Amino acid sequence: MNIPQQLRYSKEHEWLSGAEDGVSTVGITEFAANALGDVVYAQLPEVGSTVTAGDTCGELESTKSVSDLYSPVTGEVTEINEDVVNDPSLVNSAPFEGGWLFKVRVTDEPADLLSADEYTAHTAG
Amino acid sequence: MSSNSPVGPRLTALDALHRSLGATMTDFAGWDMPLRYGSERDEHHAVRTRAGLFDLSHMGEITVTGPQAAALLDHALVGNIGAVKTGRARYTMICREDGGILDDLIVYRLAETEYMVVANASNAQVVLDALVERAAGFDAEVRDDRDAYALIAVQGPESPGILKALTDADLDGLKYYAGLPGTVAGVPALIARTGYTGEDGFELFVKPDHAVELWQALTEAGEGAGLVPCGLSCRDTLRLEAGMPLYGHELSTELTPFDAGLGRVVKFEKDGDFVGRTALEAAAERAAAAPPRVLVGLVAEGRRVPRAGYPVVADGKVIGEVTSGAPSPTLGKPIAMAYVDAAHSVPGTAGVGVDIRGSHEPYEVVALPFYKRQK
Repeated sequence: MNIPQQLRYSKEHEWLSGAEDGVSTVGITEFAANALGDVVYAQLPEVGSTVTAGDTCGELESTKSVSDLYSPVTGEVTEINEDVVNDPSLVNSAPFEGGWLFKVRVTDEPADLLSADEYTAHTAG
Repeated sequence: MSSNSPVGPRLTALDALHRSLGATMTDFAGWDMPLRYGSERDEHHAVRTRAGLFDLSHMGEITVTGPQAAALLDHALVGNIGAVKTGRARYTMICREDGGILDDLIVYRLAETEYMVVANASNAQVVLDALVERAAGFDAEVRDDRDAYALIAVQGPESPGILKALTDADLDGLKYYAGLPGTVAGVPALIARTGYTGEDGFELFVKPDHAVELWQALTEAGEGAGLVPCGLSCRDTLRLEAGMPLYGHELSTELTPFDAGLGRVVKFEKDGDFVGRTALEAAAERAAAAPPRVLVGLVAEGRRVPRAGYPVVADGKVIGEVTSGAPSPTLGKPIAMAYVDAAHSVPGTAGVGVDIRGSHEPYEVVALPFYKRQK
């Protein structure tokens, strides 16, 4: 299972990149993508909207189920991944790369985001 | 075959093999079954274009033998089972006295006085109990053979070629919905040409002790043809595209076969009384006088997937309910089966939508099935 060291993670299986010019990228982990199965529809938050840490901001639909997408941080959405909207299978094939979901200008982040090692332990449970 | 401990799920004879293949497992009717091995979409396409290998050992086999085996099944089931020729199979149903569907079944006539009834995993005990109860007074024996068989299916256009490499059985002479005893890869098997995918294919009933050996022989024989192991997830999307009902979704005790659009399986012309006859005659009359809700296909215009239980709407009113829905790998769009009021059931009916978590999404009403293979 791939869990990149440089990212931080939420217990709901989202990943968060380090900030570039105050903007971080969000996606779901390989663990989450595998649990979902083939993703067929991605409803992402709107550019310009505010997402709140721990709240739902969209949904990911797979063959078998619908899962809420939670934001790992609070902030303003600056960009969404149109490639994923058009081809949701990117979430399965490249969850940490081409399957990223949205970018957010972070104004607040919860204290309980996990390091890669902590997330590894979290998913092993 | 299974660990019959009161705790934990039942395991098929292929359990360790599934895990070694990296299967995602899921609880299904008390069994631990492979949901998928990799991508369920890839598995679906493999069955449509090449071949797929399924473990279906959770299905419930019940053997009925004796001089009055046929008479018992004619009394217990809605079909004309005595008319089935040896070596052939029949799709049928078992109903309650009030006409409600207890299960849909495939019945194989293995010999003049021997039948095998295959029930859905979730209903196997109910069907077994009903058959035992209905056998009273008949010179016939009902035997629970759930643990006597493993069931492996190979489905898809390449399946005849793959199987031919492993058996001398006359597969060309084996018609759709027939079954014959034979040997596959050196293993004694009941070879049936049935399936639940909309493709040509075979179901192989073997002793659990032989399951791993047979699975591996099929895997090897199918390598060049692109055969892949397939889980229950793609089985569901395959049967949905083929317009085939699934008990608990399109069929239930709340419905008679006439409510499900499957009145043709009820054979009133057979001799003697059968369980549910009176209620079903009334249901047939009701259906003729005032059509009940009709099972239709729905194809999404958008990308959101309808799920079982979602309301079907027209002009802001609820006109039906989705019974099964999934993204269709073959059509590339979400599809669903739904019971809708007869007035809205004609293919092409305008203004029909599905209430997907509060938003009404437009859907096209189509005739079932969504997919039919080119024979």
